[in-house]
Amino acid sequence: MKKYKLNGYLVAGIILTGIIILWIIAGRFYTPYNPTKMSSAKLQGPSLAHLFGTDKFGRDIFSRVMQGSGTTLVIAVLTILIGSVCGTIVGAMTGYFGGMLDEVLMRINDALTAFPSILLALVIISILGPGKQNVIIALGIVFIPSYARVTRTAFASQREVNYITSARLMGASSSRILLVHMLPNTLHVLLPAMTIGFNNAVLAEASMSFLGIGVTPPDVSMGYMLSEAQGMFKSAPWYALSVGMVIALLVFGVGLIGEGLQRRNKEVD
Amino acid sequence: MNDNVDRIDDIVESIAPVLGMESIEKAAEPPEVQHPLVLEVKHVNGGYRTPGLIGRGKYHQVLFDVDFNIRHGEIMGLVGESGTGKSTLAKMILGMEKPEQGQIIHYTKRPQIIFQDPYSSLNPAYSVEWSLEEPLRVFGKYDEPERKRRVREMLARVELPEECLYAKPSELSGGQRQRVSIAAALIRRPRFIIADEPVSALDVTIQAQILQLLRDLREELDLSYLFISHDLNVVYQLCDRVLVMKKGRIVEQGTVDEVYDHPKEEYTKQLLAAAQ
Repeated sequence: MKKYKLNGYLVAGIILTGIIILWIIAGRFYTPYNPTKMSSAKLQGPSLAHLFGTDKFGRDIFSRVMQGSGTTLVIAVLTILIGSVCGTIVGAMTGYFGGMLDEVLMRINDALTAFPSILLALVIISILGPGKQNVIIALGIVFIPSYARVTRTAFASQREVNYITSARLMGASSSRILLVHMLPNTLHVLLPAMTIGFNNAVLAEASMSFLGIGVTPPDVSMGYMLSEAQGMFKSAPWYALSVGMVIALLVFGVGLIGEGLQRRNKEVD
Repeated sequence: MNDNVDRIDDIVESIAPVLGMESIEKAAEPPEVQHPLVLEVKHVNGGYRTPGLIGRGKYHQVLFDVDFNIRHGEIMGLVGESGTGKSTLAKMILGMEKPEQGQIIHYTKRPQIIFQDPYSSLNPAYSVEWSLEEPLRVFGKYDEPERKRRVREMLARVELPEECLYAKPSELSGGQRQRVSIAAALIRRPRFIIADEPVSALDVTIQAQILQLLRDLREELDLSYLFISHDLNVVYQLCDRVLVMKKGRIVEQGTVDEVYDHPKEEYTKQLLAAAQ
């Protein structure tokens, strides 16, 4: 079937992201060393025994990254889920019903977009307090407006199209029209937006934790480790580099998927 | 047997008050038995409002004292230049817009529409089978095997092979899509169909096939049509009576032969001359 047509970007992205995600999931169950256990093997460079080396407390960085990236992945996935689900609901309501509701919600949306996203997240965190859950909530809220805007256009452009008029004439309810008739036709904009959002969420979590307004111990995330690595950048540069490399690979893999999806859309058109 | 079931559907399926359907008034008795009318449009005035910042906005009248009726089994043509209010009239008959004054009375169950553009009348995300089954799913009176059976029966009526069921609209030709749209409009067995320029986006040979199909379906399924077109030749081939519309008014109506052979209005003469 045409629908499942793949392209090079999509294949490469899925393979790369798949490997990293499997590696991260494996980290939930098995790590070569206990990621929090200190040992006498301090500040060792990468070797066969410690692939990413050790930090100044003798902890194995490979094991720490395996676990810490899991936290980041969970935060990023939940963030885009909150952002895209809420954003799509707002976009669907404003795009389909229009009128006063559209005006009000979209002006609120504009106001939210006008804030730099990290600043908005900072405001929310200062109200809720730091911690993994609150980071997810804060970033989720920050991500709503961009999805609302993207999906609003996709819903509004279908409003007057004949197949929607037909659906209304056959007596389909508004919720059925929105979910069953319209939503599948917004996926071509929603899915690439979700991949871009995922990458932004990974980077936003990293920056927040780096600034100390993100996850709190005992949770460990990529950003948290980066800020830790900053303190030992001279004595153990491999720490920052290995964390950065994993972030970069994850973002690159998901970015490839997004690019692949967009190219596939163009081919279909 | 089947026909009996559909008669009952006629009565069972109420014209639900969906999105402005209030403007449709249903007669008390199922009258197609005694009554030859399927639709009465009585002195309808109507238009649209440009949305204002506050309040209801400015009113633009499009239809002026439109008055006609359609009889059982008849194909009524509606001709006129674009922008004369033909589509607004169709929307009012379908209950999507309300007349400002006047009455629209339906003597059958809710009419369905066949659109001009076969490319936008089918949902691109779904297969033909899904699109044909959806009106029945929404109706909610039939179980799945019965829905599938009706879909296949209707597909055969519009002369499409069964392979088409599993195709997406993008994989079909314009003529095939228009056949699917016709099937989708007819799947719930309406008695009255509005066809809004159904062939003007198609090649001439395909046009002739679709017109023949519409004619055949009228006999087989006991239909009446309001056939909107700007093509007077097509209307001449297909219709029994014709309405000539100019700037929101019906300026002339009568049987096709009367109007084409002895046009009374200057405007009708002009249209006919332009169509030669």
